[in-house]
Amino acid sequence: MKIILKQVTILNPEQKLNQKSDMLIENGVIKKIGNLNQEDFKSSEIFEFENKYCVPGFFDMHVHLREPGREDEETVESGSNAAAAGGFTGIACMPNTNPDIDSAEIVRFIKEKAKDHLVDVYPVAAATLSRKGEALSPMYELFDAGAVAFSDDGVAIKNAGVLRNVFEYSKNFNTPIIEHCEDESMADGVMNEGLISTTLGLEGIPNVAEDLIVMRDIMLAEFVGAKVHIAHISSKNAVELVRQAKKRGVKVTAEVTPHHFTLTDDSIKSYDTNYKMNPPLRTRADVDAIIEGLKDGTIDCIASDHAPHAIEEKEMEFIYAPNGIIGLETQLGLVISELVNKKHLTISQAVEKLAINPRKILNISVPQIMEGEVANLTVFDSELIWTVDVSKFKSKAKNSPFDKRLMTGKSIAVINKRKIYFEDKFIPI
Amino acid sequence: MSLSSRHLLGLNGVPKEDIQLILDTATTFREVLERPIKKVPTLQGKTIVNLFYEDSTRTRISFELAQKRLSADTINFSTSSSSVKKGETFKDTVRNIEAMKVDMIIVRHKSAGVPQYLTRISKANIINAGDGLHEHPTQGLLDMYSIRERLGKLEGLKVCIVGDVAHSRVALSNIFGLKSMGAIVSVCGPATMIPIGIESLGVKVYTSIDDAMKKNDVLNILRIQLERNAGTRIPSLREYHNYFGVTSERINKNNKEIVILHPGPINRGVEISSEVADGPYQVILDQVTNGVAVRMAVLYLLGTMH
Repeated sequence: MKIILKQVTILNPEQKLNQKSDMLIENGVIKKIGNLNQEDFKSSEIFEFENKYCVPGFFDMHVHLREPGREDEETVESGSNAAAAGGFTGIACMPNTNPDIDSAEIVRFIKEKAKDHLVDVYPVAAATLSRKGEALSPMYELFDAGAVAFSDDGVAIKNAGVLRNVFEYSKNFNTPIIEHCEDESMADGVMNEGLISTTLGLEGIPNVAEDLIVMRDIMLAEFVGAKVHIAHISSKNAVELVRQAKKRGVKVTAEVTPHHFTLTDDSIKSYDTNYKMNPPLRTRADVDAIIEGLKDGTIDCIASDHAPHAIEEKEMEFIYAPNGIIGLETQLGLVISELVNKKHLTISQAVEKLAINPRKILNISVPQIMEGEVANLTVFDSELIWTVDVSKFKSKAKNSPFDKRLMTGKSIAVINKRKIYFEDKFIPI
Repeated sequence: MSLSSRHLLGLNGVPKEDIQLILDTATTFREVLERPIKKVPTLQGKTIVNLFYEDSTRTRISFELAQKRLSADTINFSTSSSSVKKGETFKDTVRNIEAMKVDMIIVRHKSAGVPQYLTRISKANIINAGDGLHEHPTQGLLDMYSIRERLGKLEGLKVCIVGDVAHSRVALSNIFGLKSMGAIVSVCGPATMIPIGIESLGVKVYTSIDDAMKKNDVLNILRIQLERNAGTRIPSLREYHNYFGVTSERINKNNKEIVILHPGPINRGVEISSEVADGPYQVILDQVTNGVAVRMAVLYLLGTMH
């Protein structure tokens, strides 16, 4: 089957590509770019995508699918649907399922569930068994089964000796260790520690709880010569630590979530549990430092930390409510509204952080937009203004603080694995 | 005259006029409490639920007594937070209670913010009887009432809150309420017990109890919670007593005029010596009596609002 994306703005900073033209895709492969003839138009389905960007498919490297274990909150399928709706053609899913992704069977189980979906799902496996931070997980087996990185996400690996071994062992596969950087002994709180937590009577988690582990992990990764990826960076000093480490040549990368560059702890004044996350929302100074880090490349990519929770679990007393929010379907809107439209990032830089860098970090090949390549594409409108409505989300969960928020920028279509997702439908092509 | 809000969630942001009105109304009820028959029909036909998700003896009794003296119908719902965590959700419990048609809910909960949350899911008037480490507004009000009763005013008075300020809902309500009334508020305690950013609220921090006594008219002494603090925030109760305990020697040395408050229950020999607890400077038992009057005032003002 043939489709034509008519008059799209093809943009790929990797290839220094920025041109407006038609694109013919046949059987999921890019057949022709520009100069299409009458014959092509006659035999193809036409998608009018003028003034829309066509870029390598977005990739979210930090997603929590709740399968296996909490299929009531999210499944591989529903999470993949949310990803497609948000403009992603690939996601990496974190290992804190039940059971954890610490055996090859679970990796294969998830890959099997995902195999027919448009969205590529890459499991991140636990670095230690049951993410307990004690015994190493079977990393060779996990890697062979398809794990693209290792992490005990939810917690940092507490014991430095264990982490050292995890780093050493991971060198065999050149995969990053993704760390949730937080010193548990300082992290009893439920929000950022500061004037707001004092005023609200909620226990705080200080920035330094994150900084300490970021510093330790950088030093240890440097010592071992392994790759460390800092998940959901939130603190000002942590950004600076990563910046300095990169200058020294440490193999460190970092991601930030849209909520950490958009919101501050001020939001918690309503005690709305949709503002409860870990790491917590920090202060304006932290947000500013994060934006600087995005601009100068200290922060490599943007990831949602999509964390679905059942309504009855999130709608609870603040101290009991679980951490996290869903983010797949609001990510692009926040990147455009908060970063591009505020002139912090160009569209090209945004694409690097949404599509290119996350794949590079995980050693996944970056889709190229050229004739003969498989079409793995996101088409988005950078000017479309829309209002978030969680009830329309494809995710099973609704825990988003961005409900009813006005955003600019929305995905129009995604193309991958011989399918196009357009106007709420998956269509084989 | 009526209050500007139909709930009492905390004293943060409550205007001076409202506090004044509550304290003045409490004076009237304080008089009622001295009568042989201590009951008035003011809230007859009103149904009040005391929703206590955390152990409490004196606050619950004080509220209950205040309700009975106003002739309201009272229902008590007490449970420990841990059992609730496993069973019915808080929202469902509240909805059930709401379905029985109640007018006011008095709530105590381990989680800060629960009273605010209640206003979103219930139509009743909500009174916060202590939420986590956040606020305990009726305690703040009765403290202010007791200070005013003893010293005749609040404006310009210097009040220091001593102890584990970081883990006290009494402290925050005192700070917000007293500042609103024009008092000068400070705190005193070991640095591990002083919350971050407290100076930004316009509160001075004393690290020496002697200095705090010299510079203040009133000390409001917080209970040191042994289970929470020993070995972590303070090395021992003995050391705390030696360096921050309020004793008659310290009072005699520093400020013989000082007025001592304590929200109770007191730990004799820890934050306060027996001599002080029973001595002429303290108003601790007055606070308890005043607590009933202040709660009657709050219940009356909210319960008769239109």
